[in-house]
Amino acid sequence: MFQIRIHGRGGQGVVTAAEVLSVAAFIEGMHAQAFPSFGSERMGAPVTAFCRIDEREIRLREPVNEPDALIIQDPTLLHQVDLFSGLDTRGYLLINTRRKYSELGIDDFVKQFPPHHVCTSPATELALKHVGRPLPNAALIGSFAAVSYRLKLDSVLAAIRQKFPGEVGERNAAAAAEAYDSIRTN
Amino acid sequence: MLKQVEGSHAVAEAIALCRPEVICAYPITPQTHIVERLSEIARSGTLGNCQYVNVESEFAAMSVAIGASAAGARSYTATSSQGLLFMAEAVYNAAGLGLPIVMTVGNRAIGAPINIWNDHSDSMALANAGWIQLFAESNQEAADLHIQAFRLAEQLSVPVMVCVDGFILTHAYERVDVPDQKSVDAYLPPFEPVQLLDPDEPISIGAMVGPEAFSEVRYLAHHKQMQAIDVIPSLADAFAETFGRRSGGLIEEYRTDGAETVIVALGSVIGTIKDVVDEMRDAGVAAGAVKIVSFRPFPLAALRAALERAKRVVVLEKDLALGLGGIAASNVRMALRGLPVPVYTIIAGLGGRAITKASLHKALAEAHGDTIEDPLFLDLDWQIVDHELAREREKRRSGPVAENILRELGLVGGKLR
Amino acid sequence: MTQRVRFYQTGTFTVGNRLLDETSRTVQATQDRSNSLTSGHRACQGCGEALGARYAVDAAMRAAGNRLVAVNATGCLEVFSTPYPETSWQMPWLHSLFGNAPAVASGVAAALRAKGRNDVRVIAQGGDGGTVDIGFGCLSGMFERNDDVLYICYDNEAYMNTGVQRSGSTPPAARTATTPALGEQPGNVFGQGKNAPLIAMAHNIPYVATASVADLHDLEAKVTKAMGIPGARYIHIHVPCPLGWGSAPADTIKLARAAVESGLFPLFEAEHGEVTDVTRIRRRMPVEAYLQPQRRFAHLFRKPGDPDTVAAIQRIADRNIEKFGLLDGEDG
Repeated sequence: MFQIRIHGRGGQGVVTAAEVLSVAAFIEGMHAQAFPSFGSERMGAPVTAFCRIDEREIRLREPVNEPDALIIQDPTLLHQVDLFSGLDTRGYLLINTRRKYSELGIDDFVKQFPPHHVCTSPATELALKHVGRPLPNAALIGSFAAVSYRLKLDSVLAAIRQKFPGEVGERNAAAAAEAYDSIRTN
Repeated sequence: MLKQVEGSHAVAEAIALCRPEVICAYPITPQTHIVERLSEIARSGTLGNCQYVNVESEFAAMSVAIGASAAGARSYTATSSQGLLFMAEAVYNAAGLGLPIVMTVGNRAIGAPINIWNDHSDSMALANAGWIQLFAESNQEAADLHIQAFRLAEQLSVPVMVCVDGFILTHAYERVDVPDQKSVDAYLPPFEPVQLLDPDEPISIGAMVGPEAFSEVRYLAHHKQMQAIDVIPSLADAFAETFGRRSGGLIEEYRTDGAETVIVALGSVIGTIKDVVDEMRDAGVAAGAVKIVSFRPFPLAALRAALERAKRVVVLEKDLALGLGGIAASNVRMALRGLPVPVYTIIAGLGGRAITKASLHKALAEAHGDTIEDPLFLDLDWQIVDHELAREREKRRSGPVAENILRELGLVGGKLR
Repeated sequence: MTQRVRFYQTGTFTVGNRLLDETSRTVQATQDRSNSLTSGHRACQGCGEALGARYAVDAAMRAAGNRLVAVNATGCLEVFSTPYPETSWQMPWLHSLFGNAPAVASGVAAALRAKGRNDVRVIAQGGDGGTVDIGFGCLSGMFERNDDVLYICYDNEAYMNTGVQRSGSTPPAARTATTPALGEQPGNVFGQGKNAPLIAMAHNIPYVATASVADLHDLEAKVTKAMGIPGARYIHIHVPCPLGWGSAPADTIKLARAAVESGLFPLFEAEHGEVTDVTRIRRRMPVEAYLQPQRRFAHLFRKPGDPDTVAAIQRIADRNIEKFGLLDGEDG
């Protein structure tokens, strides 16, 4: 089983990100479970969502305490919420930012991970470029696929298009594709 | 068709496949996504003449369903927690009138203190209202149980409550095989009411019944529930034949063969428990589990047969009878009466607190060694509790406990000291 | 504006229905009336509600071609009409709870629509307690949705079935079991109460009317008119209760008339929130003519009397007369 935990703020599409990941896994014939940590719905409040992927039926119903991958949609959470709780140093870490780790104050932390397991992605900028709104989730999903090798790009794009029909889906898919490509080509 | 879909939407689609004629509901977290999706489906035109009624309260929701069902329409509503209590009078009324209404209860804790997260206190509060109560383990089972529920309700003229864990199931995306219309039609025939408001054959429904007949009427209602003990498994069998998978029934046994410690639970937590049982078995511990699907009627005989050879039974439940302890546990003990099998109670998940494998392993190891506290309040923060108890011993202050605790922690503004 | 002269009903001896043009006769006067609330029910002697219900429901049945379903709230009408195992209803009839009759009726209407049964209509009935108090939320919901239901409230101004307790419809100064004739303001206090017909009008529903068992022709006509209109409709019928009011059973119609002719119970119709017609007072009476025959107001007249309170009640009547133009004369 592969477990992903996504952190962000209300309104950034954190929950949707988890759902799209689960749909992508489904498209690949996997079992997947996606759910948010539930709290009062409010723009700007910290939100966490989870996604589990497995080849067999997933029966477990607890939050993801030991993620294999962590996606941080909003780096302003970094020193406010214990984002890294349970993350193994063999896991994956993906942060939505243009800044360097040192600027974020997590330089030493990041050094514990294999270099190709950790990645930043200018997801908000990609979203603004392709979609016109600062919703970084699609780009981050593309980045996740690239970094983790757990999902194919095609599945991710199909899932995005399923979740967002029409023009909106195409643009989000474009953002995801660019995020994916920029990681794979580096 | 296999879909990756939100639980509430799977339930809504299952309801739609059952060709409801009147849908009425009042929104309450965490059931809202079900009724929202149903309103979309109703407007899409695929439900024919189905009437979707936006009601002004849960009490009105059940009342509209009562009128609709009495007039011969297949009726559906959904609620949770406070809403279920608000309609309590009507819930009893529907059962007493023998109306085959199907209702989803998105299980949620009951206040005060207000809490929107999952536990089973709502269903437990209305367990004796005369409704059949079925609990879903997964969203697949949630969808399937609704289809079985309509057939069950209409066959027996008893309303059916399908309990689906709020948030944990309702808001989780997972794989569900949503049946096709043809199969559902084959399984669920059109509603043929036993009694009906019809100008061509006028009858009066709902008269007052005095002491001379009330007991008999009540007994007959009880008898119908007991009949359901046989009907529920047969409908589950018919379901398996039509749809090719097992769902529902009275209980489900998991690795109970040779199990010394058997955990009993309702709803989604059984999934986590199955994982824990596998891990215990891998470690050489003879553990097993029993899922109770039908809480009412309570499957006394089936449970006894499943549990009588165990060395001990642990009932894990998401509810608490204040002043007594476990509700499901008490029911399970009744199934085992006369047998020397200890039944331990674990109270867990109240108000949505996560039930983790780690905590379960620890508790079940204690149970297996017969050293478990009984009842055990899983993951209770005894520090907070003891601190509050100590404070209460010193100084009497009335008011809600929750606020008192927060006040001590300095999180609630009060008088400046 | 002229107003058609109406014959007083002084029984069947004099004018009565026999001498009236057939078209002017009541439904009750016809042999083929549905008799929906047939004899054998257990109402008290002189019960205004039984009288009102009999007229109202048969009129509704006539208008609906006898294809009508009735939903009844808990209360006197429900209790005295269905003494299990008997029923005096000769039509499909459902009693669910005290506070949900409007919602249950909405449900029946929805079911009939779902099944394409345009031929069958729905009425809901309840007393004042079940309508203006405990059923009020559901009533408002039914109005707001404009569900195709005619709701009839039989207002005897207290919870009679349970022993004469005060309701939101109990008039000021009236003695009830929970507003005893004691203390500084004996009986029900002034300044409380709901005017359900006005509130119904505020919902902008297609038809609202008040009626009285003092004018049964008018009552039937209003029910008939209401049945010809689709959507949410409300009729509020004033029905004296000899037991609860402490009046003589033979005085029921006389008291109902006194309420109308004193101005305490205005008769009017409204559509979509605007008053469209009123019944003018023929021969004005002072409120004493209404109050004195009722023991629930006896404390106002026992020595030394309470002229101030009676005057306050008179002012209520005066306000009604003015507000609804109940004494406005004919045009020249």
